[in-house]
Amino acid sequence: MLAEIRRRVLPAALVLAGVVMTLVLPRLIYPVLALEILLWGLFAMSVDLLLGFTGLLSFGHAAFWGVGGYTAALLARAFQLPFPVAVLAGMAASALLAVPFGFLSIRRRAIYFAMVTLAFAQLIFYVVNEWRSLTGGENGVQGVPRLLPGMSVGRSIDFYYAALPLILAGFFLAHRIVRSPFGHVLAAIRDNEARAQSLGYATWRYKLLAFVLSGGLAGLAGGLYAVGHGFASLDLLHWTTSGEVVLMTILGGIGTLWGGLLGAAIVLLIRDTLSTASEASGVVTGAIFLAIVLAFRRGVLGTVGERVAAFRDRRARPVLVETDTTRA
Amino acid sequence: MDLGYVALQLFNGLANGSFYALVSLGLAVIFGLMRVVNFAHGAFYMLGAFAAYLLLQELRIGFWPAVVIAPLVVGTLGMIVERLLIRRLARLDALYNFLLTFGLTLIIQDAMRLRFGLQGQPYPAPAELAGSIAIGGAGYPAYRLFVIAFSIVVCVGVWYAVERTRLGLVVRAATERADLTRALGIRVERWITPVFGFGVGLAALAGVLAAPMRNVSPLMGSELIIFTFAVVVIGGMGSIAGAVTAGFLVGALASLAGVLNPALENMVAFALMAVVLLIRPAGLFGSVDAG
Repeated sequence: MLAEIRRRVLPAALVLAGVVMTLVLPRLIYPVLALEILLWGLFAMSVDLLLGFTGLLSFGHAAFWGVGGYTAALLARAFQLPFPVAVLAGMAASALLAVPFGFLSIRRRAIYFAMVTLAFAQLIFYVVNEWRSLTGGENGVQGVPRLLPGMSVGRSIDFYYAALPLILAGFFLAHRIVRSPFGHVLAAIRDNEARAQSLGYATWRYKLLAFVLSGGLAGLAGGLYAVGHGFASLDLLHWTTSGEVVLMTILGGIGTLWGGLLGAAIVLLIRDTLSTASEASGVVTGAIFLAIVLAFRRGVLGTVGERVAAFRDRRARPVLVETDTTRA
Repeated sequence: MDLGYVALQLFNGLANGSFYALVSLGLAVIFGLMRVVNFAHGAFYMLGAFAAYLLLQELRIGFWPAVVIAPLVVGTLGMIVERLLIRRLARLDALYNFLLTFGLTLIIQDAMRLRFGLQGQPYPAPAELAGSIAIGGAGYPAYRLFVIAFSIVVCVGVWYAVERTRLGLVVRAATERADLTRALGIRVERWITPVFGFGVGLAALAGVLAAPMRNVSPLMGSELIIFTFAVVVIGGMGSIAGAVTAGFLVGALASLAGVLNPALENMVAFALMAVVLLIRPAGLFGSVDAG
């Protein structure tokens, strides 16, 4: 009976609670911030898909967030498209970009992978910056319309609810990927790539597909972000953006997927509170970074999960294995 | 196309390459011994330039003393950072120190922005090198030639120290087999802090050399560090010869591409990185099992 409840009722109740939470969120805090939390959360989940579930730290995810944003913004403005169409096109563009980007990056591992992705993202930044006729250079893409036939989405709160189905679909997709047989192969690669190879898996294909899916999800989030704000700017593509989303992922808990949402909420709420008091946003973000890396590497959900697992007398599996390198 | 102009651009590229070479050399030395990728290397480069600027503004100390003092000061700061922060994460996955130094970069850069603003500050070249030297009929700034020559001398000196001296022998042994080196009675740990400080000092030296050519600004290091990562991937991480060669190569190719179209100048390093990843993923001088 108890097992039955845990297996069926609990997940359903959690999903219901989550959906209700997203519905009331813009009533609790202002709608623009609520939307930002969900979108950065989805962005962080796309990073965790690689970091927590495939063992690859992408330090260049701003590229996908930004290309999704620019594509959606440009299409929405040029063709007066309904925003979901423009955003899905942005998602497709990001996934497409992730194919060559990922193909080259997965040729290196661990710390090199982080450096290579960071460098490629910077290349995208320069391309967008120089291609002024299309992207507006430093001015960005301004005056992006928010359109949805048959509905008025001009107000932030209306746009929030109109965008919610797409965001929830993104969450669901990430969740399904992780829980699928494909996701289990990714976890096997993360834990021991040589072993996965010897079991007959062409691991690079799995890593590449994970990279493309992750890039697509980041593009979905970035597209909604740009259309929601009514403009796309170079900030979307800046290297600090790549770092911030990694920060949110770690703060929430690597390998917890939903932790990204929590990490995004914490960082954005802290910054929202402090931004009125000080202009030192880089110092604040950097200090959070230092504190987490030095003292809170498991993150919020990671710590909670560990406690729960200890309670159940089952050991949680550390994701980025904290091995003693001197013994390796 | 005017050949003289191309030659000028080539020298400009080599001068830029000098900074890439010195910064990635520092990264390579640190990575070699500690397996730490120091994201804050760009920030230390910027601090080196600011140290020279402040020495001149506040204490009337000129370029030549600054070439020595600034790397010492910033290198000491680096050693403090290693002792207080980086050492704590030394036994964990290298990604954690990458993230730590990233956070450090944000703090240093933003703190400097709050104190000095984003406006770049000019720094004069030393009077001895203010003129220009005729090369193939065209005048070329003497200071830039000095930067190229000086950087090459420093790079060769570091190479000599690592490959041909007893200290270098210890460092290389500790790099390859830390356990075995310890078993032979060599205290590997005592070299970690000085080597980190030395690597940071090289970045600061590049900053001092860059000060008269570029405006001294809080943001000058952040773009350089990402270029340097591309340079390091091209050269092969941990390889001193690779870091230096790739540094000058990227600088020269970027400037030559800039002759064709200025927009290309920033993109060459990354395009070259893509080609290297495709053809020789370990880098031009890297060993294949590097990961």
